[in-house]
Amino acid sequence: MKLFTQLFYDIDQTTKTNAKVAALRKYFQQASSKDILYAIALLTGNKPKRPVKTSELKAWAAELAGVPSWLFDDSYYVVGDLAETIALLLPPATSTKDYALHAIILELGKLYAAPEEQKKEVILSYWHSMNQTELFIFNKLITGNFRIGLSKQLVVKALAQYLEKEETAIAHQLMGKWDPKKETIDSLFTQDVTTKFYQPYPFYLAYPLEAEIQTLGDINDWIIEPKLDGIRGQLIVRDNSLFVWSRGEDLLTDKFPEFESLQKILPQGSVIDGEIIPFKEGMFLDFNAMQTRIGRKNISKKNLTEVPLIMVCYDLLEWQGEDIRNRPITERRNLLISLLETHDVKDKLLLSKALPFENWEQVSEFRNNAREQMCEGVMLKRKDSPYETGRRRGNWWKWKTVPMTIDGVLIYAQSGSGRRANLFTDYTFAVWDGEGKLLPFAKAYSGLTDKEIFAVDNWVKRNTIEKFGPVRSVTPYQVFEIAFEGIAESPRHKSGIALRFPRILRWRKDKKASEANTIDDLKDWLKINKQ
Amino acid sequence: MISFTDKGIYCEQGDFYIDPWKPVDRALITHAHSDHARPGNQYYLSHHLSIPILKIRLGADINVQGCEYGETTTINGVAIAFFPAGHIIGSAQIRLVYKGETWVISGDYKTTDDLVSMPYEPVKCDHFVTESTFGLPIYNFDPVETIYADINHWWAENTAAGVNTVLLGYALGKSQAILNALDTSIGKVWLHGAVANVNDAFRTVGYNFPGERITVETDRKQITPALIIAPPSALGTPWLKKLTPYKVAMCSGWMALRGARRRYGVDRGFVLSDHCDWSQLNDAIIATGAENIYVTHGYETPFVRWIKEHHGLNGYEVKTLFHDGEIEGDL
Ligand SMILES: [Zn+2]
Ligand SMILES: [Zn+2]
Repeated sequence: MKLFTQLFYDIDQTTKTNAKVAALRKYFQQASSKDILYAIALLTGNKPKRPVKTSELKAWAAELAGVPSWLFDDSYYVVGDLAETIALLLPPATSTKDYALHAIILELGKLYAAPEEQKKEVILSYWHSMNQTELFIFNKLITGNFRIGLSKQLVVKALAQYLEKEETAIAHQLMGKWDPKKETIDSLFTQDVTTKFYQPYPFYLAYPLEAEIQTLGDINDWIIEPKLDGIRGQLIVRDNSLFVWSRGEDLLTDKFPEFESLQKILPQGSVIDGEIIPFKEGMFLDFNAMQTRIGRKNISKKNLTEVPLIMVCYDLLEWQGEDIRNRPITERRNLLISLLETHDVKDKLLLSKALPFENWEQVSEFRNNAREQMCEGVMLKRKDSPYETGRRRGNWWKWKTVPMTIDGVLIYAQSGSGRRANLFTDYTFAVWDGEGKLLPFAKAYSGLTDKEIFAVDNWVKRNTIEKFGPVRSVTPYQVFEIAFEGIAESPRHKSGIALRFPRILRWRKDKKASEANTIDDLKDWLKINKQ
Repeated sequence: MISFTDKGIYCEQGDFYIDPWKPVDRALITHAHSDHARPGNQYYLSHHLSIPILKIRLGADINVQGCEYGETTTINGVAIAFFPAGHIIGSAQIRLVYKGETWVISGDYKTTDDLVSMPYEPVKCDHFVTESTFGLPIYNFDPVETIYADINHWWAENTAAGVNTVLLGYALGKSQAILNALDTSIGKVWLHGAVANVNDAFRTVGYNFPGERITVETDRKQITPALIIAPPSALGTPWLKKLTPYKVAMCSGWMALRGARRRYGVDRGFVLSDHCDWSQLNDAIIATGAENIYVTHGYETPFVRWIKEHHGLNGYEVKTLFHDGEIEGDL
């Protein structure tokens, strides 16, 4: 645990990727091979099941710290992180012991089904023998939200250096869910990758285009597709089985019964990359519709007929059992087109259209009006590009449409948690209704610079009308421009409207509160969005 | 005897305020931090070691009278005495006695000895006004000696790696505590102008802290590898950039929280506080023997509830207009 704790802090204390990779390499060189496996699993998001309920952890920690539960909760609110709160509150260790990482995780795994008494005994014995930094990491493991400032790509890079192998091979071998209990470093990294028939390829992700569109050169070198708002997924047919993986590497096969029959329809050894999206009677449906369907444990017949899903296919990664990711996308697309044309995939798979633009102005125009086309912008893919691994610049770009915006008045502020404890950082915004009253419509807490956050915090403290717990109502004075990705009717909200991903675009110091937008302006966005 | 008004803490019998935040005729000042000592008052009474700072911050022409710790001044029958608060040099708790009733307004204080300011002394009273900057059980600070040792160790490590060490701390208070504890055999010490100004003021009353002022003329190439003390506001400025290559650390009680450390984006956070942690606050309150506890800047609500439930004392919340926790104004 001490080595792993050290690794965590080495990574935590730097923003430089080289230093992070070096810290990982150092860990791989020092740790036992069993610990390395469990560490890789943890670092790439393969987390153990939460063995204990949060409420129990809170109660035990409060008891041990000698604080009442309300004070525990107040402390938790300020710290913003349960694992850290417990680490800060617990009395100092009575002894110290260095546990092996894999032993801890194995024991926690067994604890899941153990009786209450035993759970408490085990957790408390760890708590009694770890220092504060170890406690924090340990608590992260038992609260199931272990996270670290490290992309999977960096873990792959460090492993590739340590094992002296290709990054792409390592990335592929780490795809999907694997069980550290059943693997060794050898079985995981030295066997032939194709032996794991359920395994997806690493997704190739695009960066947003920041430069002028003209800098991309000749438009004829590019394939331009609408950027759809669905779930990115990989559909795999191999060995008479079908798998659907999400970009987050969740196996979602069961969520999409409509794809089941493809297992018999598509040739073995086919892997398609695409966007899963609700589609009915020749029309795309709203993303929210799919969200509710995905969230369900059991999908009813009714769900299937109300929100049918299809995959809009844009790439073919494996064809006749062969990994074709290194061929140019034009070639992969041609194979994809013939695959879709020669098999009965109607109502299940659709080809992602390449849009026939003649010049960049047309692309720009399409992008500006993307919402009317039921998409959120365009994807730009260089015609000779291979299918790369991870997020890369150069060959693929996403170019999203400008966000919808509305000017709102700040009416409530709440102090933040964690990184922003003690600062008023969470804001509620309102628009004017027809009768000169302010109607709250969105909460947002991101988008301002640190400097602006300090300034708003200061202003809030001096312009508070009333306090309700951590929330303060403030004089309606400050106007902020709020951007959002989606808008839908919602009876649960006072304004009757729910926004998707609202964020603060800028502080409109030039505007008076009376100049903020109205509920009718919001409803206009709703109309545009519905068309 | 005492009321809490929108100008600050007011003593009607003596007709004076303590740390008022709006201009008044008579102001008693616990210490020279800018959230306690505001400009515009007709008359100031403070500990004499606060005077040089008050003069550079509020104007050389202010009407200020100094006193010693333990010395009694009487205004309209109210006996006023200043006692060490251990917060920064010259910081004081103010005890007021009138007709057998005793109040102590402690300002900002810490009960541990930072080795530079006069250590805190518990003062018996009936009514105790306390801050609560770190008034939650999550704040448990290591002994200052440990932190000082960590700082020196880190400095030595950075020096060995050939990079500068930048320590961020308030120009008044934190900077002097750090300077006093530095192992100057490790290397040379440089000062941001704001820190050097405070040191110069303290020099007039007999203090002598190490460190050379960085001015516009200073050739930055000669600052290598050295230690530089600057106020937190220097973070992210071109001034700091010119000291590249460097590692930068924030010295503050807030550094106890991971979130705060990340917010500043510094390489290290040293949990060095000039306020009490949780157990020190609790011990301090008990040591006064006061039945009535008034809680100001910080976590007033939970701390008052705790005092009532756990200690069985009368607890009251007192709102303050100004307070940025430890983030106090610099010159
Ligand atoms: Zn202070
Ligand atoms: Zn203060």
